[in-house]
Order: sequence, then C-alpha cells, then structure tokens
Amino acid sequence: MSLAGRILEGDLRAAARLMRDLDDGFRSAADEMKQLFPRTGRAFILGITGPPGAGKSTLVDQLTAAYRRRGNTVGVVAIDPTSPFTGGAILGDRIRMNRHADDAGVFIRSLATRGHMGGLSRSTGDVVNVMDAMGMDVVIIETVGVGQDEIDIVRMAHTTVVVSVPGLGDDIQAIKAGVLEIGDLFIVNKADRDGAERTARELAAMLEMKQTKPGDWQPKVLMTEASRNCGIEEMVEEIGNHRRHLVESGALERICEERSVRHFMDLLKERLFAEVYGHIRVNGRFREIVEEMTSRRTDPYSAVERVIAERFAAGATPLS
Amino acid sequence: MTERTLRILVGKPGLDGHDRGAKIIARAFRDAGFEVIYTGLHQTPEQIVSASIQEDVDAVGLSILSGAHNSLLPRVCELFREKSADDIVVFGGGVIPEDDIPGLKAAGISEVFTPGTSTEDIVKWVRENVTPRA
Repeated sequence: MSLAGRILEGDLRAAARLMRDLDDGFRSAADEMKQLFPRTGRAFILGITGPPGAGKSTLVDQLTAAYRRRGNTVGVVAIDPTSPFTGGAILGDRIRMNRHADDAGVFIRSLATRGHMGGLSRSTGDVVNVMDAMGMDVVIIETVGVGQDEIDIVRMAHTTVVVSVPGLGDDIQAIKAGVLEIGDLFIVNKADRDGAERTARELAAMLEMKQTKPGDWQPKVLMTEASRNCGIEEMVEEIGNHRRHLVESGALERICEERSVRHFMDLLKERLFAEVYGHIRVNGRFREIVEEMTSRRTDPYSAVERVIAERFAAGATPLS
Repeated sequence: MTERTLRILVGKPGLDGHDRGAKIIARAFRDAGFEVIYTGLHQTPEQIVSASIQEDVDAVGLSILSGAHNSLLPRVCELFREKSADDIVVFGGGVIPEDDIPGLKAAGISEVFTPGTSTEDIVKWVRENVTPRA
C-alpha cells in the first residue's frame, strides 16, 4: 500500500517516512501528497516564534498539555538550525516536550532548516499537511529561534504568537519592522525576571500605535512563566479568541486562500527552476555560461533569457 | 537531490544525571553532517522508541552510566521489535563492563563503546554500519 494509504489508516511509521521523503526532496513524495491533499485543511495551525532562549519549546510543551486536557490531538513541528559548515544539526527541542512521547494523541517532529531562510524549513508546509491528514486537531509550528526578519511563519499559521523575554533591548526595538509586526498575540515569557512588566508595557505601546480599522483584531500582550505553567490557560483562551475572530470575520478564508496562492507559487518556482537548471546542467550549458560570464563575453541577463527561450522552445521534451 | 541525510537519536535512558558524554557525541555527529535528535536526561525506553519512530531515525545511540544497562538497553531493542521497527540500529556507550557486552549484543545492541573511545571512532563506526534507509 502507498505511504498515503497507510497514513490514512493511522500508521505512524508511514507518516514519519513521508515526512522524511519530503524533507529529503524525493520525487515520490509529491505523488503521496497528491493523495493526502484532499484530506487536509481541517487542522488549526498555530505558529510560535521568537528569539533563541525565549522559552518557545517549553511554551509548546505546556500548550500541548493544555490542548490534550481539552481532548484535542496535537502535532508539533519543531525547527532548529542546520550548520552551514557541515550540514549537520542538533535538534534539541524535544528535550522540553518528551513527556508527550508516549501519548498516542501527540506527534512531534523535529526539522532542520537545511539552509532555508525565513525561520522555517522548506518542507514545513508539507509536514504540517501530513499531520493535518493524520487527523491532528491542532498543529503547532515552533520556528527556529528568529532574529528580526524571519517571518515566513505568518504565511503558514492561522494564529501567530510572538514570544519575547525581558532584557532584549530598549523601546526602539519594539517599533522596528519585522517579527514584531506579525503577532496575533504577544507573550512575555519568563515573567518572573526583572523588567518583564516594562517589556510588556513597551509591546503594548507599540500595538497601540498601530493603525487599525473597526473590526480588526487587536493583539494582546500576555505574561507567562512557561516553566511553572503560569499564564498558559489565559494564553490558550486568547488563541481561541483569535481563532473565533478569524472564523467570524471571514479572515480564515482569506488566510487559506493566501496559503493556496503561496503553495502554488512556491511549487511552480521550484519546479521551473529544477526544469531549466537541470537541463543546462546536464547538457553542459551551465559551465559554458559561467565561463562566458567570467570572461565578460556574456552577461547574466542575456544568458538567462536565452536559456529560458531554449528550454521552452516548441518541441522541447520535458525532463522526466 | 535524492540523497538522504543521516538522522540519529541520542538518548539518555534511566536515572543517571550526567549527559556531558551524550552531548559530546551529539556534537561530534553534528560535525559529521548528521541530523541529531537529542532527547535529554531521564528517558524511559518507551519514550526513546516512540521518539525514534516519530523522527524516522536510522540509528539510536544510548548513553548510560548508572549501571542499569543490562535492563534498559535490551528493553529498547525489545520495544523496537514489538513495533516492527527493529531496522533501526541501536548502539550504546558509557560505563559498561566488558563482561556485559556479549549479553547486550545478543539482545540486539549492535555495538557498545566504553570510556576512552574517541568520537572519531564512533563516527567512523556509524558511517560503516548505518545506512540511511532508502
């Protein structure tokens, strides 16, 4: 039986294997995803982002426990960085979550970024879809510890939570562009630390400056101490409020539409690139172009135009 | 494009409270280009096996210093067999007397590394004995 068929029957090894095939870029994974796609679109997708050390994994662990208490099944995608030098990675987010390892209602998968920028791995969207097809009610994505501009999560998640901690900077940080603009909910974790109140006030002030229309969602700032399970119930409550707002305002439909657009565009770019680049790499044109450019006999603009024209000239046979 | 990245889970079963060795091994695997899932201290065999299946790893390295190796390591192999996942290679390391090694190997542990083994040797063993499953 196909991996997709086994996954729909509840086979965890098949699910884990397909996630690996997606991550490793196996062509066969696309055929499996064709079968699974009609069974996706049901899960609620929650994104958790913030700097390294903010306590994202501990929050995810507590959120998972809270959703389990409510009877929901939970998928977790936890992303950590790949070494740019060796291609290796240490995926350590499970350390905080492993008490759920033997709960059949929880499936946790660690992914390495493998050079992908933006806070996610290239495979994240597909892995989320596998968990969705597995029947997970909630899928939580924990991004790689982000800096200021890694905001891909906002295009993947229904609700985006930005986690901060006291002591990371002054109030100018709170009004910069980037990660602080994308939150549907802001968490100041490690709220027992000095300066927590001030960090929360600065975030709240930033949110007040935002131009909003009537009926727009108003993000809140909440304080948590994830390691002691403080503030988690309020956090789950507020995530639920945002979810209801998405449904009632029709924003959820727009998010799903945008996600479809992005999914199609990403796949189209990837396939077109593979098609054209694969072609010139195999027939030796790529080396020629590099040499011509290095000796300034051609420019990159003309080279790209020529290669695309050649590849899609009438009668060109597609690569398998 | 279709080349597997080797994935290894490094786990600390049982009650001992030191994971310096496990972290050194995890780091050596990272530097060898593997993806390492580190699960931290105080793991039960059930947690280790379940995490290994969810993470679709090729191999599991277990570090153990507490003396409980004769019960915990075979239990991990037994659970993998129960879940039809005994294609995942299990190896161990730590304070393990030479006399116990044959019994552990009979139980399904592929190799046992005792104190003093270099990380290079362990990485080399993994490269020679673990192939990412197609």
